[in-house]
Amino acid sequence: MNAVLNIVAPSITYREAVAEAIREAMEADPRVFLLGEDVGHYGGCFGVSRGMLTQYGPERIRDAPLSETGFVGAGIGAALGGMRPIIEIMTVNFSLLALDQIVNTAATLSHMSGGQFHVPIVIRMATGGGKQIAAQHSHSWEGWFAHIPGLRILVPATLEDARGMLAPALADPDPVLIFENQTLYNLKGELPQNRTVDICSAKIRRSGSDVSLLTYGASLYKALEAAAIVAESGINAEVIDLRVLRPLDDRTIMESIRRTHRALIVDEGWRSGGISAEIAARITEQSFYDLDCPVERVCTAEIPLPYCKHLEDASLPQTATIVNSLRKMVGKDG
Amino acid sequence: MSDDLQPDYEKARKLLFEMVRMRRFEERSIESYQSGKIRGFLHVYIGEEAVATGVMGQLKAEDSIVATYREHGHALARGISAKSIMAEMYGKQEGCARGRGGSMHLFDKTKKFYGGNAIVGGGLPLAVGLALADKMQQRTGVTACFFGEGATAEGAFHESMNLAALWKVPVLFVCENNLYAMGTPIAVELAQKNVARMADSYGIANTSVDGMDVLAVVEAAKTAVDCVRSGQPYLLECRTYRFRPHSMFDAELYRSKEEVDQWKRRDPITLFFDQLNRAQVLDVADLEAIEAEVAREIDDAVDFAEAGTLEPISDLLRFVYSEAAV
Repeated sequence: MNAVLNIVAPSITYREAVAEAIREAMEADPRVFLLGEDVGHYGGCFGVSRGMLTQYGPERIRDAPLSETGFVGAGIGAALGGMRPIIEIMTVNFSLLALDQIVNTAATLSHMSGGQFHVPIVIRMATGGGKQIAAQHSHSWEGWFAHIPGLRILVPATLEDARGMLAPALADPDPVLIFENQTLYNLKGELPQNRTVDICSAKIRRSGSDVSLLTYGASLYKALEAAAIVAESGINAEVIDLRVLRPLDDRTIMESIRRTHRALIVDEGWRSGGISAEIAARITEQSFYDLDCPVERVCTAEIPLPYCKHLEDASLPQTATIVNSLRKMVGKDG
Repeated sequence: MSDDLQPDYEKARKLLFEMVRMRRFEERSIESYQSGKIRGFLHVYIGEEAVATGVMGQLKAEDSIVATYREHGHALARGISAKSIMAEMYGKQEGCARGRGGSMHLFDKTKKFYGGNAIVGGGLPLAVGLALADKMQQRTGVTACFFGEGATAEGAFHESMNLAALWKVPVLFVCENNLYAMGTPIAVELAQKNVARMADSYGIANTSVDGMDVLAVVEAAKTAVDCVRSGQPYLLECRTYRFRPHSMFDAELYRSKEEVDQWKRRDPITLFFDQLNRAQVLDVADLEAIEAEVAREIDDAVDFAEAGTLEPISDLLRFVYSEAAV
């Protein structure tokens, strides 16, 4: 699980890494404030902002009523008015109640006004399944948002990115959405010394020569585990952490495929019309003649996620499914 | 009518001028639409001019404005030039949004005019946020947000009222109640037909005013803006009426010609002029001078729009993302 982090002694969680980034942003810029449901008195639905209300006060750690349209829209207005809001939506599932503000306002204002107005807002939310919280709390819709011109979509999988992506997101003059997979909050590790990260590139988390495994978020760890398993049978999988779903880093993806000639996409979203479909289409457009076999996908089963564990497990991409796909593609069914 | 209020000549002329200017500008816009120069949606404000005129006069340069897709009048009253608005509707890059917004999306950063929002109710949360930003940065500006009574059926209205009251932000909600949400009459759309009273649920100060009487709007807006400047939100309901169809595509099956004619007898421009004429504040010669001045401005605006240039297609993808840090 911690292969990418080069860990000596686990010392910080993903949750704490996000919190540290928020605290640093609050200290660095008085225009920054955190707004969302239960960010204050409760300490954050996932405990990210615990203690911050006491530290920064209710103006800057601002509890919002259950009004996603209202407080996301107010965040957009505050950004227009010169503030640098960090909006926390509990989970992506509730972001649909604010979809109009995100898509029709935040994403359009710059273009619609001929470049006069900018919306420097950061919207964070939890995403993903695997916690047995059923069909209204478990979905992965970051791929939907990646459909929208005007937005930047970040999917930090590592502690380094959880900690490092916030500052450049706040410095971005346009709306940035950060999706934190809810199964990662307890991930432990040590932060690298270099805390600067970019918010435009994909990263190779494991080098390999036989197949490119393209993934992001919590699936990164399943992909790395699968790569380690197939390595024992001589299959060298390269694991790419996409990190940014919009704009996609086509270059890193295509360069990898030029070396491996095979691509497997692992995505916790649904297959139909999802980000995996977009990536597969781009590979076909840009790297068709480099491919030795069709692009394959491991995605979430096309159902509203069920509560019971065995069915939820069967719905989500799992290490074993990834292993099977890798073996099939490289012709070593083992 | 507020016959007891006698504005001085300059103030009266300014109000009358602004309303006539809006009226003639939009009449010319309709002509340009009919000749195919303006396309897309065109929602005119004819009949409702007293509202934007009366409210906008109470606002300062430091204040922010959020309007709807029926916002030509608000943009003009805010000081966005007729030229740049007409050019915008002609789709020219000299327009106030480079031709990318059109009639429904007029913007001007220098005037703190934040659109031009064509999602009903979509501007209200934005206005709360703009007001919050002023408050958090200890600035004295306030935000005025215009919307129709149709927006009050949206969740965004109620969420925004709740937030504004909870956070005590300086936002003025101006409801232009023209009795129809597109073609749906108020009796069919709202359980509470007294829009101002909705604010009572949130502890927000409010009042209703005759939106056809510009002086009444001015008075009510003064009270409202004073309240907002003291740091409290306010809901001002202006009861008005749209004389023209909802847009250029509306067959007006939902209301009778008699009803429209009835309201036209309370035309805000005629009402105000008659009042001023009766009180000998100004006369027909003054009105003719206003008409002549307005006609010149609009002729210039049309000439400017006609002469405007099209943004090169190579610029198509610009402005989706910002071109510089902010």
